[in-house]
Amino acid sequence: MVQQTVPVVVHPFSKYLRADMMPHIWCQGCGNGVLLNCFVHALDELQTDLDKLVVVSGIGCIGRTAGYMNADSFHTTHGRALAFSTGVKLANPELEVVVISGDGDLFAIGGNHFIHAARRNIGIKVLCANNLNYGMTGGQQGPTTPLESITTTSPYGNIEHPFNLVHLAAASGATYVARWTSLHVRRLTQSIKKMLQKKGFCFVEMLSPCPEIYGRYNKMRSGLEMMSWFKRASVVENFSDPSKADIAQDKIVVGEFVDIEKLSYEKMLHEKISKINEKAIEGVS
Amino acid sequence: MPKVKSGLTGAHFMNGDVACAEGAIAVGCRFFAGYPITPATEIAEHLSQRMPEFGGIYVQMEDEIASMAAVIGASYSGLKAMTATSGPGFSLMQENIGLAVMTEAPCVIVDVMRGGPSTGQPTLPGQQDVMQAKWGSHGDYGIIALTPSSVQEMFDLTVEAFNLSETYRVPTLLMGDEIVGHMWEKVIIPSPDKIKIVNRKKPNVPPEKYMPFKPDDDLVPPMACFGEGYHFHATGLTHNEHGYPRTSSSEVQSKLVNRLCDKIQKNADKIVRVEEVMLEDADVVVVAYGIVARAALSAIKKAREKGIKAGLLRLITLWPFPEERVVKAAKRAKAIVVPEMNCGQMVREVERAAKETPVVFLSKLGEEPHTPLEILEAIRRKR
Repeated sequence: MVQQTVPVVVHPFSKYLRADMMPHIWCQGCGNGVLLNCFVHALDELQTDLDKLVVVSGIGCIGRTAGYMNADSFHTTHGRALAFSTGVKLANPELEVVVISGDGDLFAIGGNHFIHAARRNIGIKVLCANNLNYGMTGGQQGPTTPLESITTTSPYGNIEHPFNLVHLAAASGATYVARWTSLHVRRLTQSIKKMLQKKGFCFVEMLSPCPEIYGRYNKMRSGLEMMSWFKRASVVENFSDPSKADIAQDKIVVGEFVDIEKLSYEKMLHEKISKINEKAIEGVS
Repeated sequence: MPKVKSGLTGAHFMNGDVACAEGAIAVGCRFFAGYPITPATEIAEHLSQRMPEFGGIYVQMEDEIASMAAVIGASYSGLKAMTATSGPGFSLMQENIGLAVMTEAPCVIVDVMRGGPSTGQPTLPGQQDVMQAKWGSHGDYGIIALTPSSVQEMFDLTVEAFNLSETYRVPTLLMGDEIVGHMWEKVIIPSPDKIKIVNRKKPNVPPEKYMPFKPDDDLVPPMACFGEGYHFHATGLTHNEHGYPRTSSSEVQSKLVNRLCDKIQKNADKIVRVEEVMLEDADVVVVAYGIVARAALSAIKKAREKGIKAGLLRLITLWPFPEERVVKAAKRAKAIVVPEMNCGQMVREVERAAKETPVVFLSKLGEEPHTPLEILEAIRRKR
């Protein structure tokens, strides 16, 4: 047998990740790795300055993403990533602040912070992995769980109406809103790129398969089965009415929904501060 | 970059909330996040006007949970940051106060105490949050809490709270009350060069060598901020000196939590401040803090007029508890009197330190603190 030397090749994206944090905690078939991959591709294509990037997350499976990024990163309390990031962005508007978190974290316990961050139009970019349940704690029903889904806390079928996240984001004032699934890697990457180039509050949702927990109770035991659902049901309806962008067994509406320009909160605030500061100093002299 | 504007100096007549706000500006606080609540609202109102004059930020958040989170974010972005609230808001802040403890974010939280529990008596004073100050967030940790007795101290102790917070990388609490918050008094504001300002230690190693939670000998790690190129990670999870989560290690948990407690407890000598009045020969010692200490001072003076050897130990630092000072006072005294505007909180700490010396507790709830005569009466019974 001929011994072959395998050349060691550094992965072109290794500079974006903390190798010493690996292996990650995510299950086989989980979509979180896809989200991270698309995010890193977007950063690379834009040549984002990693020294000025802050990745913030809340609690949950996707919440570990902050720790995997080779940038300044902060893993907050459950639901508070956006409130924390508001302080970060206002104190240093030069920073690119990206919140990567889950549907339960951002829209149940953190729901109030989400609508107010969007209302203020603070220039924080939010990437949400929506896995339709609380994965890390073992698959409980959450604010996005579809009606009649079985979860560990809705064993007889969920009777709570789920949030439509893109509708909520649009109604709250976000300047960019998009939804894709983990199947739509190119379009998702394009959307992330787009939001990173915008100034105001942006929201990109990625429907993420959770076969180990959500899928197991809902007749989609493998990642492949969940992806098949995404493939079968997804319909791209760009700039359609977000209020009608449902996630259902037979139809998942994906696409870009909002892309508008609006002065960001931090720009308005800091311009005002400069004027008042200037005036206060003149007043003294 | 904002231009430098000098703050107020000289003698002023103002209320305690405003004095606190001016203290924050004087010590270089440039970020305030808050939510309106009586009787702390005037701090937010005043800072919404004053912060921009100094190039600082005022932001009104959607609730106190968000306010505390934003303060930690601003602190990690490199600004001195604070919030101000009262009982109900203080309760909402507790979880993120724990996050500030765990991630060692310097920041100041002002609690202008009112009557509780729950919505209680929004416009009346109380001292019912002093144990919450120590134990309010879950888990074990060290914390610093100061109690002002006057409008002047609302200024002075706000300055001190920031300095302690920056020194020890710990959230520092200023536990005022409705009276010191709303009362108008003369305040002397020193010129800027006379105000001691402490800034957090910065790392002196290159980013690849930086361990964000590796302490120096004083148990406090140097702090890098976002955007400085250090690429560090911070988390509320139990973490090693790298800042990486280690949620299954007894060793890491024990080392981290003990350090978070020890960095305050082992530096207690440097942190603790009390005021001792006529303690040298006192038979009866009154241990008091906040607004109640003013009535206590008057009471011990009246007692002396009547030939009773009474003295006052005023706690300026509540946490870490000035244990040694109480032990010392208790050794000489025949009795200790502890008046508080609650149902008995700090008195338990005093009892623990006083050992055999009998301790009398005087409770008062509602509209006003103890009158000097009420405290005097307790002193007379114990002489």
